[in-house]
Amino acid sequence: MAHTPTQAAGLAGAKRRDLLSTPNLIFLAGFLVLMAWSYVGTEFSLRGLLGGESAAQILTYAKKLFPPDLSTDFLLKTGYWTLETFAMSFLGTILAVLIAFSLVFLSSRNLMFTGLLFEMERNRPWVRALRTVLYLSAKAALNLLRTVPHLVWALILVFAVGLGPFPGMLALGIHTGGVLGRLFGEVMENVETQPIEALQATGASRLQILFYGILPQVLPEFVAYTLYRWEVNIREAVILGYVGAGGLGQQIQIAISLFLEHRLLTLILAIYLIVTVVDYLSAYLRGRLI
Amino acid sequence: MQSNVPSTPASLILPTRRFSTFQIVCSVLFVLTFLGSYKLAQVKPLLLFEPEGRRNIWKFVTGMFPPDLSWNFLSLLGRPILETIQISLMGTFIAVVIGFPLGLLATSSLTFKGILNERELAGSRPRAMLRKGSYLLARAILSLFRTIPEFVWAFMFVRAVGLGPFPGVLAIAISYSGMLGKVYSEILEHVNPGPLEALQATGASRLTILLYGLLPQSLPNLVSYTLYRWECAIRASAILGFVGAGGLGQQIEISMRMFNFNQVTTLVAILFVMVAGVDALSARVRNAILGRSSV
Repeated sequence: MAHTPTQAAGLAGAKRRDLLSTPNLIFLAGFLVLMAWSYVGTEFSLRGLLGGESAAQILTYAKKLFPPDLSTDFLLKTGYWTLETFAMSFLGTILAVLIAFSLVFLSSRNLMFTGLLFEMERNRPWVRALRTVLYLSAKAALNLLRTVPHLVWALILVFAVGLGPFPGMLALGIHTGGVLGRLFGEVMENVETQPIEALQATGASRLQILFYGILPQVLPEFVAYTLYRWEVNIREAVILGYVGAGGLGQQIQIAISLFLEHRLLTLILAIYLIVTVVDYLSAYLRGRLI
Repeated sequence: MQSNVPSTPASLILPTRRFSTFQIVCSVLFVLTFLGSYKLAQVKPLLLFEPEGRRNIWKFVTGMFPPDLSWNFLSLLGRPILETIQISLMGTFIAVVIGFPLGLLATSSLTFKGILNERELAGSRPRAMLRKGSYLLARAILSLFRTIPEFVWAFMFVRAVGLGPFPGVLAIAISYSGMLGKVYSEILEHVNPGPLEALQATGASRLTILLYGLLPQSLPNLVSYTLYRWECAIRASAILGFVGAGGLGQQIEISMRMFNFNQVTTLVAILFVMVAGVDALSARVRNAILGRSSV
């Protein structure tokens, strides 16, 4: 700790000296060119935004939103849709954990074919080849689940099982399963090797090593990632309604398309509420469990 | 029992599991939520295996192959691809412009807490209230910005300013400024206070403390997180097209609605390559930044 200030000062000094070095200038120029290119390409208009036409349009639209529709009838319905959205995110996250957990063991290199656990196994190349194939296919499956955006999954599933929150929940689960699988895999591949080594030295079997050496290390992080993805999923559950997967999203789409701006504001407030609740819940649980 | 215990080495006895009230309450709530959600979400797993659903999925999957690689189609995609990148760049840039000042205001150690403010705010109560007020306001704005999904922002901006990439940029800018601002404030709150105190002791102004005490410590983390958000922005801007905010998403939506699933395959593959490319690029830059600073 005692070294930190001097080190920091030295670094800062070094940085200041080469602030205008050639690579930095090239980097800056490249950045400016990219931004200019994006500015033109996105038809962005700063003047329009700062007091011009676009600003006026946005203000007009924002004014139309008020006051929110607070009739009892609509509030009750909004409550139901909010719960539906919550249910979608909750079940979707559980499905995702099931998918990710069943694939993560196959998609971790250190459990499948390399590293400490397999150092003694060189004399059986075909076993190793089989394991590698299993590993690669699990990895490919996870990539596929993750790459297809959840909106596209939802479209496919709405097509297959009809409208409603069920396809939305499946879409969330499938896409998030891929994401969690990757995150879990990274945790799994970065476990501390010492406990594993120690267990191996006692002659523990691989299953025992998994249960007593690896899982205790990774489970808290798995839970943390899952809760974090749940926060993401509640937002995505709102989006999925757009393609007919029920919940608040569907109602938002209806409200926007039919120019029901007062209702739109109520729905947005409901989103704000449910997302905030889930964020707090997830933060609380993470604090409690880890 | 008693006689057995000493014979096993102490380290091999697993701790007996005792469930705390908290755990029991949590489990019960979990099961209840699960059952409630199951009913509410109208889960019918059998639907997946019904002949019609199966036929639909099959039609979809077979329709996806072979991917449409005709020149006619591919030549349409150049502009949406570039547009997606442009939206993400511009959106992230504006998000930084909005998010950074708000993030500074939402940093408690800068606005009203801790050693930097102790002396200044000890005497004047109204001043302390004002500071705390601006802090709370900044946090509220950031939370509003990031809680509404970018998709909904885009939807509203499309309604307000019309179709095209411009509403996409605005949507990314607003919702990402909320996320960036929050994380910036967290990073800034967790810097080592030593250098800040030293600077203050020399009589440095707040701006000097910010520039020479805070930023040198936190810049690598700030930049790295911004780059990470840019990766997310590419993915998001591809999706925003669904509501008419330009980019690849618009193409995906059109192809879906026309049941041209082979085009969807091509589009998703392109999206994958783009995202993977940006991931790799930004991971390299981030490693370079963080690596250099931690030496």
